[in-house]
Amino acid sequence: MTTVIDEPARRPARRPGHRPGRRSAPPRPVWEEEPGRAGLAGKGIVLLLACLAIVFPLWIVIVTSLSSRRTIDEAGGLVMVPRDITFIAYQELLSGGQVTRAALVSVGVTLVGTLFSMTVSVLCAYGLSRTDSLGHRWILMTLLATMFFSAGLIPTYLLVQTLGLTDSYLALILPSAVSVFNILVLRGFFMNISQELVDSARIDGAGDLRILWQIVMPLSRAVIAVITLFYAVGYWSAWFNASLYLNDQTMLPLQNVMIQLVQKQEAPVGLGQAIKTGELSGLAVQMAVMVIALLPVAVLSPFVQKHFRKGMLTGAVKG
Amino acid sequence: MSHSTVPRSEAEATTPVPRPATSDGAGTARPRESPRRRRLSLRLRYRRDRVLLLMTLPAVALVLVFNYLPILGNVVAFQDYDPYISDNGVVSMLNSPFVGLENFQRIIEDPAFWNALKNTLVIFFLQLVLYFPIPILLALLINSVIRPRVRAVAQAILYLPHFFSWVLVVAVFQQLFGGAGIFSQLLRQNGHDGLAVMTNPDTFVFLITAQSVWKDAGWGIIVFLAALASVSPDLYEAAAMDGADRRRRMWHVTLPALRPVIALLLVLRVGDALTVGFEQILLQRDAVGPGAAEVLDTFVWWNGVRNQDFGYAAAAGLIKGVVSLGLVLAANKVAHLMGEQGVYKK
Repeated sequence: MTTVIDEPARRPARRPGHRPGRRSAPPRPVWEEEPGRAGLAGKGIVLLLACLAIVFPLWIVIVTSLSSRRTIDEAGGLVMVPRDITFIAYQELLSGGQVTRAALVSVGVTLVGTLFSMTVSVLCAYGLSRTDSLGHRWILMTLLATMFFSAGLIPTYLLVQTLGLTDSYLALILPSAVSVFNILVLRGFFMNISQELVDSARIDGAGDLRILWQIVMPLSRAVIAVITLFYAVGYWSAWFNASLYLNDQTMLPLQNVMIQLVQKQEAPVGLGQAIKTGELSGLAVQMAVMVIALLPVAVLSPFVQKHFRKGMLTGAVKG
Repeated sequence: MSHSTVPRSEAEATTPVPRPATSDGAGTARPRESPRRRRLSLRLRYRRDRVLLLMTLPAVALVLVFNYLPILGNVVAFQDYDPYISDNGVVSMLNSPFVGLENFQRIIEDPAFWNALKNTLVIFFLQLVLYFPIPILLALLINSVIRPRVRAVAQAILYLPHFFSWVLVVAVFQQLFGGAGIFSQLLRQNGHDGLAVMTNPDTFVFLITAQSVWKDAGWGIIVFLAALASVSPDLYEAAAMDGADRRRRMWHVTLPALRPVIALLLVLRVGDALTVGFEQILLQRDAVGPGAAEVLDTFVWWNGVRNQDFGYAAAAGLIKGVVSLGLVLAANKVAHLMGEQGVYKK
């Protein structure tokens, strides 16, 4: 679908009047007109607005979570400029208690779940990456078919209950452990690895596991990073399974606690006192929980960003 | 599609070589046949591939248990399922009386179901009109930015909300636009009424569309950017030689390049029409009320999980599942007719 474009062909000549002094945009093709001032400004404004629409709410959330009660009251709730920054909300939330526990649960489920999902998916994707292997078509069809139907919420719920997974963290991991889409993405990537490399390793006596570990996986770092992020974000963001299968309030992950705190406006257990005595703003607490939930994702995803396109495409095309 | 993880020279030196494990004479005996056609005996193939088979086993087992096994559970749609017979769902299932199509009959007579269906379709169409074009426009915009650094930063920002959970997205909207939210307080301080965006049933569809745009429109541009990157610059140059100005190049080169992708995504989206933002809507159902916020998925959840009316909910889920399956298959068919791949190969 995509052919890689050679850079020189794309950017043929230095544009006349190009000033090398400015940290520069790549030169424009000679046949392309200089953009008009109005056009440039219009584009810039739209792009800026789009980015602001995403950054501004996050900025508000972060700044408010770092504000003292007095700052928040003075600003009437809308804190835009950080003044006398305090970490009191985070201290309260993370020094034991409901939110600390929920965050630990989320971290644990995310780590264990991601590791499990990646192991299963990488193995399966590699197993399916030889199109001539025995049963290849059948297995692939079995997996692909699940992209067309879902068994339904109620039967799945009854099954998880029957398996005895209720009130167990396994209920948060097993039912959603495998994403067929992710397996297809990985498989598409593995299939593009030069067969000679694999064959020569085989001649040297490497078994399939060794080939996967020492040859295929190192060559697929980009896509593995992308899929790991997808799985990790999936586990980190999940709340519905927990709401279905966990009756024990103390087991709930962070997202579910966030629902209680922010949507239902309940004060977190153990923090009611600090809020009542007025040192701590309830708003700051809510915002702080949101920051705790968004931080890992916001920190990790930019690192993987440059691989997104390649990862998404191989999977989408090879399916 | 050539791949950059392997040096090009190496990739070009490629000639198909049979895998060493297969060098048992079958290859030399019938050299005319393509390697694909050559069939080893089942036993040999099994011995050669058993490690590969074993590797797929965990994933296949999980899919069989959690995607295929529950299909059988749809039996409860034809039962007066009583969850209290036993702690064990299957035991209850085996002991519940069959009632034929009674559950389906009830659904057809239930105005709440038709309301849920109506809401589902309204939300679907609104998102098609208000959401679908935005990633395309954003991709065109980003694509026209030639400074790599600006591009990278803009993309990083636009992709970000896709990775936020729905809980977080709804929470952000709540803190900004909710009744006790920031803008409400600001309005009230200045003597206006507060906002009721988060609880207003009349504008609910617009609210969730706005949330979807905020969360996923940026992510949606990836596919279009890839399609744009695959356009040969020669085409633009040739068009320019022929005197096409910026606008005509957009019309005659850029848009035709995007057309197959747009068509494919549109077709696939239509196939998925009955599934509209389950988590997102469930999170806000209570605030707005089921009149506006009930969709088919939440209807199933409400009747089954909340009201423990499992047979009824399963029946509703089954209807949705069957219709959805038909839609998805039809959508893929259309995708194939257009010469696209769809979800699976022809």
